[in-house]
Amino acid sequence: MSSPQPRPDALVVDHLDIAYTVRGNLRSAVRDVSFRITPGQAYGLVGESGCGKSTIALALVNYLPRNGAVTGGSVEIDGTDVRSLRDESHRRRRARTVSMVYQDASRSLNPSMRIGRQVAEVFTVAGADRRQAAERAEQALARVRISDPAGVMRRYPHQLSGGMQQRVVIAMALAAEPALLILDEPTTGLDATVEAEVLDLVAALRQEISTALLFISHNLGVVARMCDRVGVLYAGELVEQGPAREVFTAPRHPYTVGLLRCIPRRDHLKGHGVLDTIPGFLPAPDADVTGCEFADRCALAEDRCRTDPPPMYPVGDGRGSRCHLHERAHELPRSTPPQARRAPEAVAATPLLQATGISKTFRSSGADVHALTNVDIEIRAGETLGLVGESGSGKTTLARVLLGIVEADAGAEVALDGQPLADKTHDRSREQIKAVQIVFQNPDSALNRRHTVRRLVGRALSKLSGLRGSTRDQRLLELTRSVRLADRYLDLRPGQLSGGLKQRVAIARAFAGAPRLVVCDEPTSALDVSVQAAVLNLLAELQGKEQVAYLFISHDLGVIRYLSDRICVLYLGRVLELGSAEAVFSAPHHPYTEALLSAVPTVDGSTNERIKLDGEIPSPANPPSGCVFHTRCPRKVGEICETDEPPLVEQEPGHAIRCHIPLAELRTMQKPERPAPAAIEPVA
Amino acid sequence: MSATAAPIEPSGAVDAGSASTLRREVWRELRHSRSFLIGMTIVLVWTVCAVAGYHIGPYTPFEQNLNAVNTAPSGSHWFGTDQVGRDVFSRVIAGARSVMLVAFAATLLGTILGTVLGLITGYLRGWVDESLSRLIDALLALPVVVTAVLVVAALGPSSITVALCIGVIFAPLIARTVRTAVIQERELDYITAARLRDERGSYIMFSELLPNVMPPIMVEFTVRLGYAIFTVASLSFLGLGIQLPTPDWGLDISQNISVVSAGYWWEVLFAAAAIASLVIGINLVADAIEKAME
Amino acid sequence: MIVFLAGQKLPGDPGRAILGPLAQESGVRQLDHKLGVDRPLLTQYDAWVTNLLHGDLGTSYEYNRPIAPMIRTALANSLKLALVAFLMCVPLSILAGVVAALSYGNWPDRTISVIGLSALGLPEFVSGVFLILIFGIWLNVLPLDATPPPGAGPGTQVYHLIMPAIPITLVLFGYIMRMARAGTIAVLDADYTRTAVLKGLPRRTVILRHVLPNALLPTITVVATQVGYMVGGLVLVEYLFHYQGIGALTYNAATNKDFPMLEAAVLVIGIIYLVCTLVADIAYTLLNPRLRLAAD
Repeated sequence: MSSPQPRPDALVVDHLDIAYTVRGNLRSAVRDVSFRITPGQAYGLVGESGCGKSTIALALVNYLPRNGAVTGGSVEIDGTDVRSLRDESHRRRRARTVSMVYQDASRSLNPSMRIGRQVAEVFTVAGADRRQAAERAEQALARVRISDPAGVMRRYPHQLSGGMQQRVVIAMALAAEPALLILDEPTTGLDATVEAEVLDLVAALRQEISTALLFISHNLGVVARMCDRVGVLYAGELVEQGPAREVFTAPRHPYTVGLLRCIPRRDHLKGHGVLDTIPGFLPAPDADVTGCEFADRCALAEDRCRTDPPPMYPVGDGRGSRCHLHERAHELPRSTPPQARRAPEAVAATPLLQATGISKTFRSSGADVHALTNVDIEIRAGETLGLVGESGSGKTTLARVLLGIVEADAGAEVALDGQPLADKTHDRSREQIKAVQIVFQNPDSALNRRHTVRRLVGRALSKLSGLRGSTRDQRLLELTRSVRLADRYLDLRPGQLSGGLKQRVAIARAFAGAPRLVVCDEPTSALDVSVQAAVLNLLAELQGKEQVAYLFISHDLGVIRYLSDRICVLYLGRVLELGSAEAVFSAPHHPYTEALLSAVPTVDGSTNERIKLDGEIPSPANPPSGCVFHTRCPRKVGEICETDEPPLVEQEPGHAIRCHIPLAELRTMQKPERPAPAAIEPVA
Repeated sequence: MSATAAPIEPSGAVDAGSASTLRREVWRELRHSRSFLIGMTIVLVWTVCAVAGYHIGPYTPFEQNLNAVNTAPSGSHWFGTDQVGRDVFSRVIAGARSVMLVAFAATLLGTILGTVLGLITGYLRGWVDESLSRLIDALLALPVVVTAVLVVAALGPSSITVALCIGVIFAPLIARTVRTAVIQERELDYITAARLRDERGSYIMFSELLPNVMPPIMVEFTVRLGYAIFTVASLSFLGLGIQLPTPDWGLDISQNISVVSAGYWWEVLFAAAAIASLVIGINLVADAIEKAME
Repeated sequence: MIVFLAGQKLPGDPGRAILGPLAQESGVRQLDHKLGVDRPLLTQYDAWVTNLLHGDLGTSYEYNRPIAPMIRTALANSLKLALVAFLMCVPLSILAGVVAALSYGNWPDRTISVIGLSALGLPEFVSGVFLILIFGIWLNVLPLDATPPPGAGPGTQVYHLIMPAIPITLVLFGYIMRMARAGTIAVLDADYTRTAVLKGLPRRTVILRHVLPNALLPTITVVATQVGYMVGGLVLVEYLFHYQGIGALTYNAATNKDFPMLEAAVLVIGIIYLVCTLVADIAYTLLNPRLRLAAD
């Protein structure tokens, strides 16, 4: 672009309306959305599921689903109306104007074509010959920091890791140096350290090229880190926009205020009190809302909020808020009482569950995959043990061994109250079976969609508690009420419930037999932030009431921190660090924990120094020699790390670290006082 | 199918009561589907013929009028008469019974057997699955018609043999579909949850899994029903099914095909059209159900 | 490699599974000492397999002639018919499926879908009857007899085979077209197709390079398994058009209780099916990089 006049805005969205046709009815998905992105700027669109953010992205590239259509307003990218680019004859211009990177990179690449050819295509279509195109493809891959571009070019997509695939997709998207790059949840589904690498890459590339970014995410922390400006979407409307830092520190719309309060901050612990939540539900897609879309869930709402739709009020400094009461937004009352919870009663010194020497080797296509190697853990009655780890760490396998779904290798011992637990659920006593239960990640998978809530919970009651008839019905009501499930839901099936309600049903089922230990396997990562907070509150409340212990698995450090008393960090099937939440979260800690903590983007934009990890997570089929972390460790001391596996040593009382570096040295390396920032990484 | 460019519905947190159940959804979809309505009408018309066909025709299907053999369609014989002077129209109407009865029985048998087999192989895996799957492969190595020809030739032609034979051949085909669905389904956490309650295998298979694999079974049933009619008619045509003088479309065609070159086209055309319309009708219904279930 | 794949694919022992019960049947019926059918089943089976391995298929009860040459002629005839049907059907149905998918929801799609659904619903003998009436009798443009006069050239042979080939083509058309259509629609909706479109590639390139290779992969397997189905269709078509192929041979052998002939014919059909699925498996593996590389 060598035009002499100033470059037009990269993106101008003006009063955009989008609707879907569902069974002959037009259902509005996006209403009256306006925003602009100047050249080279990064703009973040945030919102929970169903807010219309992906719909907007698809409209920008003229790729709405068949039943979707822009029903009003206009979109200009780099001075050109996108509708004029829809024509086949404009396809090459379109490619130079806008490109897009979306969630699952593995699905964005053609599975039957080599990477090199897929990347080179971008150049051949622009007129390069084969050799030139191949050369430029190699450069493009080098630009996204792929260390062996020539080698990667010869591969097929399935031979690359998720992070690598996403780099390739980004390389292709940037190859034509478009005016606008849309990133739709580009790191969702990636591990924390890999996500951080991809984000670093995008941030670095922004320095090199003039492309403007539209960054779409449900993750406020990611947007806060990557974007100059941010727009908050709710139910298809842009409710607030402005500079990212200001919107996140001084929100002017009650929805933004509520959303930010739902997020467990790193300094917020379950003992401190209840998380705030946003009550109610999104309006149904066909609901006829006359006033403000958020009025039903807003504690500030006045009469006019229910009758007059608020316009986007300018609130200074390039900010806008679609709220009649934007000046009082921060006064939004809490939806849950902030009272501090009773401090958990001193947990018993005797362990509830003790697992020693747990190893698990899977055989997969002829190779041994070591999912777990000699793991020892104990869980005390009434405490929460948080289990942290990335993919391949073995955290789910460990939980399954304890539950008796997966049989550990010989030599493993699991004991409940000192009594040995059989390998298989079937061989355990009824008391033991009901004592250990689970809440799964995805309630859609965990609940039989053909059974009613009554049957789902009732069956668990009769099977685990042995209750029959009216005593069972009585207990069923108590149980469902204790998870705040209204009686009217009892005869519905899971498909008729929202995600949060479904997870409550799953929790009720797990508690049917008065369990001593409940494994919570990422129980909130399929939920939106506002729903997550309510579920976390419920889990904390039940723990206080029932004195149940949790083995809480999560990749979200904020959530782990909120709920856990002690934390266990797993990497490639080995415990790298184990200690009280306090000790693990504050320095000194294992270099891996350190990197993990620094990888988490924070919502207040505080830039804590990132500890960068090199390379990919190795495969558990072929773990590195010596310390399994040495291939990526930024604090590797020397050859000893490659040859000798360090022991897990209790460095201070109740705090064990598996590292060759002595504790004192780690202490000086890692700055002791990190300003405890709010950790956010709400939903996977 | 990936949901990206496929039609989507704007999602919102679904409040209780605002969503309808799957069944109601499917039904609403079907009522607006033209192919379902057309297909269902055809099937219903032939069902009426199957039930009452012997009585609603202008003549009985057996009545021979040797003074009026091979007469072309006319006011008194709408579809003409055949070589022995029977009214073709009455025979076509009455002919619906044998083919529909046998095909329905065969499909029902195949579906029940196949569902049980599919649940067991899909849920238990291991050697049970292994050996049953081998057996299924072996059965599939021969075309259905060839297997049926062999069995019927060995046991002698009769409607019951045909129904049993087609049912048994269908069972592994249906089992395969059910097994695929069960294997997907058993990976879901609700099955793990059931095992963590120490539920019995039979409870898991029939109370947890079966209701969830019903949709593909229903689709499979309608698809197979069309195919069963196809096969039953083909076997009758080969003389391996029901025997004379029972009115039957396939059998009547094979009886009269030899006189077609003499110009007596009506003696086969209407029976052929009847078979075609019934199978197409069922296929339309199956197609609509499959689409609605998506 | 091939042996390994065959071992995977061979369903136990097809000879024992399929032919065993029939051999017993023949023992009961014929009681012919010379043929050895009153010997224990296993011995009989053993002898049969031994002869088979020496290329001896036995002697027909009905014609009292060695079976092998008869099977060979019939097979050659059937292959001609199948080839004509296949050449008419496969390119046409894949093309139709792709065209339907590309015009999803519009009139070409709806027309092709209805045709496909109707084609699926026509048993071969029913469409055969329609064809005989229309082209053989009313229009009188195609011969009623599939067997060409002796010494006819390839052109005449094909001319005689067109009408019998169409019924088989129609049913196969229904299956293959639907499969190709569904595969193409799924890939058109895939994220990587969107990536290709947003790259600015011409629509032709997107379809030919990105969509079709992925969309038609599953169709290959279907085409191969349909070969097995086609043999079933041959029984009906050959019967209807008086054509001396493997289908007619099987049917005659079955109705005349000519068990050695039946065993041989069924064995040949089973082998054809296995070879076809094997070829399809290999083709699928070779065309799918994921499987090809895993096998290395």
